[in-house]
Amino acid sequence: MNTAITFTIDGTTCTAETGMYVIGAAQKNGIYIPSLCNMDGVAPRGSCRVCTVRINGKLMAACTTPVSEGMKIENDTEELRDLRSQIIETLFVEGNHFCPSCEKSGNCELQALAYRFKIMVPRYPYRFPVREIDASNPKLIKDHNRCILCKRCVRAIKTKDGKNLFAFKNRGHKLAIIIDPSLASSITDELAERASKVCPVGALIKKETGFAQPIGSRTYDRSPIGSTVELAATSPNAKETAL
Amino acid sequence: MGKKITIEPVTRVEGHGKVTILLDNDNKVTRSRFHIVEFRGFERFVQGRPYWEAPVLVQRLCGICPVSHHLAAAKATDVIVGLGSSGLSPTAEKMRRLMHYGQIFQSHVLHFFHLVSPDLLFGIDGDPAVRNIIGVALKHKDLAVRGVVMRKFGQEIIRATAGKKIHGTGAIPGGINKNLSIEERDFFLDGKAIPSIDAMIGWALDTVNFFKQFHKEHRRFIDEYAAFPSNHLSLVAKDGALDLYHGVLRAVDTDGKRILDDVDYREYLDYIGEEVRSWSYMKFPYLKSLGKKKGWYRVGPLARLNTCDYIPSPLAQKEFEEYKAYTNGKPDNMSMHMHWARLIETLHSAEMIKMLLNDPDLQGTKLVKQGKKVPEGVGLIEAPRGTLLHHFRINENDQITMCNLIVSTTNNNEPMNRAVNWVAVNTISGKPEVTEGLLNGVEVAIRAYDPCLSCATHAIGKMPLEVSIIDADESVVSRGWKNIDGQ
Repeated sequence: MNTAITFTIDGTTCTAETGMYVIGAAQKNGIYIPSLCNMDGVAPRGSCRVCTVRINGKLMAACTTPVSEGMKIENDTEELRDLRSQIIETLFVEGNHFCPSCEKSGNCELQALAYRFKIMVPRYPYRFPVREIDASNPKLIKDHNRCILCKRCVRAIKTKDGKNLFAFKNRGHKLAIIIDPSLASSITDELAERASKVCPVGALIKKETGFAQPIGSRTYDRSPIGSTVELAATSPNAKETAL
Repeated sequence: MGKKITIEPVTRVEGHGKVTILLDNDNKVTRSRFHIVEFRGFERFVQGRPYWEAPVLVQRLCGICPVSHHLAAAKATDVIVGLGSSGLSPTAEKMRRLMHYGQIFQSHVLHFFHLVSPDLLFGIDGDPAVRNIIGVALKHKDLAVRGVVMRKFGQEIIRATAGKKIHGTGAIPGGINKNLSIEERDFFLDGKAIPSIDAMIGWALDTVNFFKQFHKEHRRFIDEYAAFPSNHLSLVAKDGALDLYHGVLRAVDTDGKRILDDVDYREYLDYIGEEVRSWSYMKFPYLKSLGKKKGWYRVGPLARLNTCDYIPSPLAQKEFEEYKAYTNGKPDNMSMHMHWARLIETLHSAEMIKMLLNDPDLQGTKLVKQGKKVPEGVGLIEAPRGTLLHHFRINENDQITMCNLIVSTTNNNEPMNRAVNWVAVNTISGKPEVTEGLLNGVEVAIRAYDPCLSCATHAIGKMPLEVSIIDADESVVSRGWKNIDGQ
């Protein structure tokens, strides 16, 4: 049975139930902790580290750390803002992210976080890696230029009989997402749609539907990332709708 | 020893270019050239991308008239998704037309007020310190304000149809991603937040009259400066009406004889060739039937009013009749009349915007159609600066394998070189001193074409390069070059 616990985030007293992860507990208290690989309803992975917080003095991933009684969590500090910004900048330079022509623009969590952190230019040099675009599947394009290896697709997308559709192949800098060849032909429009929504960036794209959503109605045109969580703290009727 | 004059950069045009004029010992012009010094490369880096990205990606080659590229690419992808060249829903086609006329309106206004009016108001050889838009704003405030507000109106039309004023996403393969809400429509009609479309029509008419008055007072300059006979090419509607969004290709010669008529632009390769010359990044298109030497042609407002039979909006048609009467119905080959033609088109665009805003089809909900996909598509549109063509081929995975762009300014390459040569020979040649005013005269001739140089350079892999080392006496010490084969 879950029991109520008390903890603090940046000195503010918060309450939650045991069993919650720090990121979810913070959200319940109207505090936004940014993340990229975390997703509601999917087992946490802790791979992107954008949600790094300081818990009782130690750097930890908020998405994989269960909240506990008396925790002292630091979230919105200059040190952590800079650390998160560095991680996001690293993701930008180690891939090929060209927002102007990307159909995920406006719905992209990486782009939205860059806006939140006011990243005008990355502090690291661009690597311009040579990455392939795999468009061989009739329903889905994998654009490895944009993949941030968050593994959301691996964790969230299953076939009807519970099999993983996506997996990692290779290791190190060659690590890449693949579609299980034995299941590739079974991808439906619905599955492709779901995969493109699960992907926080534009690495998984459902074919032939690009740019159908007009500018102004895209997720982060309506409200910047994290703002709905923060708004909920001041307006009890507001609901979190963004990923 | 001869002398070389270089004008670099050419100012008050979009993009970067330079002019070189070679003089002999008697200051006589021996050669003049208009060079494009930018490199584009879009044909190459669009390869591998999915075809539905093309309208959004390719428009990035320009910030002045991206809508033109957006729509030309969208028209090409309409063909790819199986709609042919004219199978859109009424809502989609009219939304695109509204976007396009907003674009023509703002671009023409920008050109006339911001880039050209300083030459007219202060003279070609006026003080360069005031011969600019700031000078116009200080001395002719009302005119400058109108220019800014009119441009804003056009940009707001683009925002309402494409989502953003620059680099929007409205047109998608087979249609459009939004319609026009009643609130958005009324923004342009009620005159509350910005002056209404009726005000725009009135101001556009005033501007035509302003030019006509200037013409009366400076007839020789407007009629003779950089004038030369040429062929003219543009899109016209099936019935011969001026149509900037869709139609068939028509070309006329200097006497008005039709060289091309009723040509489906998807077959452009049968009619238009592109020559590469070693000294410019810009190609030289020509009509194949006339060959490289005689087949060059002009595009843009002058050409459009030479090829069309009438203008389908009342006020612009009235102006068109007066304009045509000036040349007894024959093609107008006077380069400075390009401004007159452009302002008549500005008026026409405003009238078309009003007609479209009052059309209930804009509130329709059938936005996208799709047919049977084909591996190739060609789209053509009359951009502000002239005929613009996009051609894409795709593979079985929907990735672009080939892209060819023939951009308005590229079509005007030979005419602009002729215009430069006209000015060099007629105003600079033999003069003991080449003044700033004389050099601005060269730019005035180029400016008439409203060139967009950033759009107009050609494809990677065919890039000729010339490097000249010139000593203090401006003589060439050594020269290295590679031709289109990289030799």
